[in-house]
Amino acid sequence: MTETAQKLTISIILNGEERSVGAGRSIAAMLESIGLNPAKVAVERNLKVVPRSSLGEIVVNEGDKFEIVHFVGGG
Amino acid sequence: MNAPQCVSADTWTVAGRTFSSRLIVGTGKYKSFEENAAAVEASGAEIVTVAVRRVNIADPNQPMLTDFIDPKKITYLPNTAGCFTADEAIRTLRLAREAGGWTLVKLEVLGEAKTLYPDMRETLKAAETLVKEGFEPMVYCVDDPIAAKQLEEVGAVAIMPLGAPIGSGLGIQNRITVRLIVEGAGVPVLVDAGVGTASDAAVAMELGCDGVLMNTAIAEARDPLMMARAMKSAIEAGRMAYLAGRMGKRRYADPSSPLAGLI
Repeated sequence: MTETAQKLTISIILNGEERSVGAGRSIAAMLESIGLNPAKVAVERNLKVVPRSSLGEIVVNEGDKFEIVHFVGGG
Repeated sequence: MNAPQCVSADTWTVAGRTFSSRLIVGTGKYKSFEENAAAVEASGAEIVTVAVRRVNIADPNQPMLTDFIDPKKITYLPNTAGCFTADEAIRTLRLAREAGGWTLVKLEVLGEAKTLYPDMRETLKAAETLVKEGFEPMVYCVDDPIAAKQLEEVGAVAIMPLGAPIGSGLGIQNRITVRLIVEGAGVPVLVDAGVGTASDAAVAMELGCDGVLMNTAIAEARDPLMMARAMKSAIEAGRMAYLAGRMGKRRYADPSSPLAGLI
């Protein structure tokens, strides 16, 4: 565990793609770092919806699987 | 029922929300967001369906639908188009609710890609779970009066039978069953899918439906804005014809001019 804690970046799966992000960041900070406005998207982490109110509190963990979605045109 | 004197006073209510327009339009297949927004405006629709999809991580600054169609002015109805299992549909709508707090949603669970026909076993299962989780699902379904009843029993807030396969533009194929669904339903009934042109929408309304949901008929018209206006008029005309009560049908002619006093 000490080894993980010392890592500067961690690996996660974002919309099906593997990505490296800064360790110790909240989900909101992670979204902002890739240019997304947390207020405009909905987030699922490891198959569970993350309430928008807690995006700033929950820290991204190594191996987390995220789905970041928004509304698009559709029938 | 108390038939209103003019269409402008004629509203309908779904899950406690009241609307004047009986036309719901989709937001897919348009050439641009601008054209889409103009078509919504021309249609007079107060509700639009939207899909939930992954954001483009590679280009996060792409324009978004919400920049063109304001969710504060137009009711967004998140749908589950493209979902083939109850689990996928439920997962999608949980995300939709988080994206904007919507509980009024459109549920569709498809059975196969070729026909996009609804899978009613999965649809019923999903509807039941969604209702338990506090959602108010308007449900796309087969034009089957028994399936419609079952959906209502599990708490669907609107029944939305197909007129014909999604995107086919074939018009309402089974007026008998759509009418039976209308007669048996205690919640609004809207034809969803299959409308190709204005007369198809009028037929749905003449059958007593509370509204019509369409996407391709407007988006793929040569002039989507003009078609949006045509649909608005057709829905109003069909609704008025339904309320007015059509004449009976006869097998033979009946002259309109008096027979007495002929020279």
